[in-house]
Amino acid sequence: MDLDSRMSLVSVVGAAGKMGSGITFLLAQEMARLSLLPENKGKLYRLIAVDLDPNALRGLQEYVHVQAVKAAEKSAVGLRALYANRPDLVENSEIIEDYTRRIDAMVWPTTDLAAVAGSRLVFEAIVEKIEIKTSVYRQLKELCPDAYFFTNTSSVPIGVLDREAGLGGRVLGVHFYNPPPVQKLVEIIRADSTTDDVVAVATEIGKRLRKTLIPSHDVAGFIGNGHFIRDGNHGLAEAARLAKEHGWPKAFHIVNRVSQDWLLRPMGIFQLIDYVGIDVFKFIQTVMGKYLPETLSDPVIDRMIEKKVLGGQNPDGSQKPGFFTYEKGRIVSVYDLDKGVYLPLDPAGWTGEADAALGPLPEPFRPWKGLVGAPDRSAALVAHFERVAAQRSLGGELARTYLGRSREIGRKLVADGVAFDADGVNGVLTSGFFHLYGPINDYCK
Amino acid sequence: MKSLRKPVYLVCGDYTMSFGTGRKEFNPKKSRPGLEHYIAEAGQAVVGQLPDPTVVDEGYVGNFMAARFNHQGHLGAMFALVHPSFEYKPSTRVEGACCSGGLSVASAVKSVLADASDVVLALGVEVQNTVKAIYGADILAGAGHYAGERKNGHAYFFPAKFSDRAGAYKERFGEKGTWEGMGRWYEQAIVNARTNEKAQEFQNADPDPFATHQAMKPNGKSFCDHINVLDCSKVSDGAAGILVASAVGLARAGKTPSEAVQLVGIGHAVADLTTAPQDLTKLTTSQRAVEQALAMAGLTIKDIGVFDIHDCFTITGILTVEALGLAPHGEGAAYVAAGKTRRDGPTPMNTTGGLVGWGHPTGASGVRQIVDVYKQLTGKAGSSQIQIPADRPYGLTISMGGNDRTVVACVLRRAA
Ligand SMILES: NC(=O)c1ccc[n+]([C@@H]2O[C@H](COP(=O)([O-])OP(=O)(O)OC[C@H]3O[C@@H](n4cnc5c(N)ncnc54)[C@H](O)[C@@H]3O)[C@@H](O)[C@H]2O)c1
Repeated sequence: MDLDSRMSLVSVVGAAGKMGSGITFLLAQEMARLSLLPENKGKLYRLIAVDLDPNALRGLQEYVHVQAVKAAEKSAVGLRALYANRPDLVENSEIIEDYTRRIDAMVWPTTDLAAVAGSRLVFEAIVEKIEIKTSVYRQLKELCPDAYFFTNTSSVPIGVLDREAGLGGRVLGVHFYNPPPVQKLVEIIRADSTTDDVVAVATEIGKRLRKTLIPSHDVAGFIGNGHFIRDGNHGLAEAARLAKEHGWPKAFHIVNRVSQDWLLRPMGIFQLIDYVGIDVFKFIQTVMGKYLPETLSDPVIDRMIEKKVLGGQNPDGSQKPGFFTYEKGRIVSVYDLDKGVYLPLDPAGWTGEADAALGPLPEPFRPWKGLVGAPDRSAALVAHFERVAAQRSLGGELARTYLGRSREIGRKLVADGVAFDADGVNGVLTSGFFHLYGPINDYCK
Repeated sequence: MKSLRKPVYLVCGDYTMSFGTGRKEFNPKKSRPGLEHYIAEAGQAVVGQLPDPTVVDEGYVGNFMAARFNHQGHLGAMFALVHPSFEYKPSTRVEGACCSGGLSVASAVKSVLADASDVVLALGVEVQNTVKAIYGADILAGAGHYAGERKNGHAYFFPAKFSDRAGAYKERFGEKGTWEGMGRWYEQAIVNARTNEKAQEFQNADPDPFATHQAMKPNGKSFCDHINVLDCSKVSDGAAGILVASAVGLARAGKTPSEAVQLVGIGHAVADLTTAPQDLTKLTTSQRAVEQALAMAGLTIKDIGVFDIHDCFTITGILTVEALGLAPHGEGAAYVAAGKTRRDGPTPMNTTGGLVGWGHPTGASGVRQIVDVYKQLTGKAGSSQIQIPADRPYGLTISMGGNDRTVVACVLRRAA
């Protein structure tokens, strides 16, 4: 493995997208670190950032710059050590400025794919379309014959890519989570054809970027989406069932609350789907469905898309309307799928009725936020789910079914050989989705 | 200076709020008042207490680094902002790092003693929230020796200097006791700050500051090896002022000695900025300045009823207890942990919270400390007021610059 020499010329294709820009920044940081080591003095480091969209590339430069400043300010303590042999740079401000300039200069934005020529590491994060990915990989193979290719695909089997593009085993799934600089989890997906050295290089890079790497087998959706899509589908089916009696707004409200408060997750399932994007959810369902002997589409999602209710984020990071509308990140109204309108939350009216139907929270109650850093977290979880197990209310009942379904999905991921073991599944949900516990657990037997 | 050749009085002291993190109204993204505002507000709070402010002869403005925090030099001439009659009067900006405020008072005292002026306004000001902490650390590092120690210094230069002192103290006298003493100092700072509405930690509602401190273990990767952020003084905007007057000046100002305090001893010492302290567990310059001040006053430390000392870090509070001679070397932490420096203890220190609790607008702190002791001794401390023991009617202040390199110590008592 000659990682350090591979790191002197790296390319990111699709660099200006959501995932590509984060990956570009992470790589630029590591390359800047290498460039500062005394043994690398005078060596040129280049990070070729390719994207079709020139405007987005301008945005990428701005993004990388702002992130670099923030990161340098935050890590000034360590940065000073890296600059120990630069007597001309004394103050924090001088060091931070040099570091940021170094990162800015490292990133070479271009719309010309040919600029990747000679790269020995290529990260790819372009649109999730297998035909486009395959055609880009065919060109990449010619442009950089020695390169290792790391694809960020969420659902395309790596072996299929390798075969279709003829990459000879030099491709690996390196599946970052959004946003890559913040999310610790990276799923590593090796195809049967992937060579050992490619995996070794990716593992070392992952370590240097301080990521938690979890291996997943090459089955569409891998672990993360493998759980997320099925878990979401369960929530959607439950809502459809409840809607018959309570109507859509109450049904969405109830299932969202159960998945957040009773299951102690950072957000409810419909808020999460809104966050990811209802169209993106549908897209992953479709791609996974193509490779798996299982129907993953869901009628509620299809109806939402028909009505052009898509969720996702605005460019400023605020949430677009989906199952809910939001103000400052908080839910303020709920969609009525039959009427096509949003119903404002009304604790004295319909929302209160839905909460009454659910029944009380298991008391004493500590929300996700209060438990996430708590030293007594595991004991608190056991106690919480004992109380859930004893609840004779709709809330308790829905929570137990949900927990059971999530466990079933987790076990199936192991049984189908997607995850190597239960720890793999649990690790992805805790580090990638910020759950307090993995789906394969002994709570509520 | 061995003795004071004539009586020197201090009167009408006051200060602005200490503004920065901790105050609920502080929002780093919103624009804030500048130096002009603080100098005018503190100065006017002082001279507004005079029937006729035109009696002021002269001004001093203590300030450390406005040239870098605010791109502003020449603060002496901002004295004229305080009152229209100050136009064309003499005024000087003085600097001695975090002792700048102490030097402002010392300079005013010398001017009175030299018969140059009879009523002098000693001001101190600093506006530090103009830059992020990581760049503020660069600026404050100017209190150390740039050519000799900055390059190899820490990103948070001064916190690390005192973290080293805390580390040396822990190693020599025990980790547990030192850490506990630091936690108790922090707790005392918060408890005292809550008595003073201008204190930066006035609104701190933590039910158990000691526990909070003890739970926050130092982390050298992101900050310092031996202290946490609670061990540090605050980053602050603020100003303070007080009048220094001769007997003639006091009368001319329309004030009686009963409203004033008298300076009975002053010590002023520097140590070589370019050499490192020999023993990190001692504040030898502070000790010298205190000895000079007490000798001039003809007093011992046993005569002092209230203290306001320079706790730029909690460990500095502990080391100062020893420099004062209240506890033997190595026993300062236990002295603090035993509650002896609390407001209800035998040697109350920093009754409005000190630099950790009240705040530390660097150039203002030395003046603010004198103001607080003046308020305590004259019964004007409001809800911060403690009972001054009749047999120990003296107050003592220490204003320290850099790593114990410039120190001004003052001993005061109620004038009549
Ligand atoms: N968004 C997520 O949460 C997420 C999470 C994990 C993985 N992924 C995967 O990452 C990849 C990118 O997703 P995204 O969300 O960042 O999408 P995106 O639409 O934000 O970014 C894709 C970028 O690729 C560019 N692009 C498209 N075709 C190109 C081509 N032929 N050559 C060069 N650039 C091209 C686009 O201009 C765009 O900037 C997909 O494979 C997706 O499945 C996404």
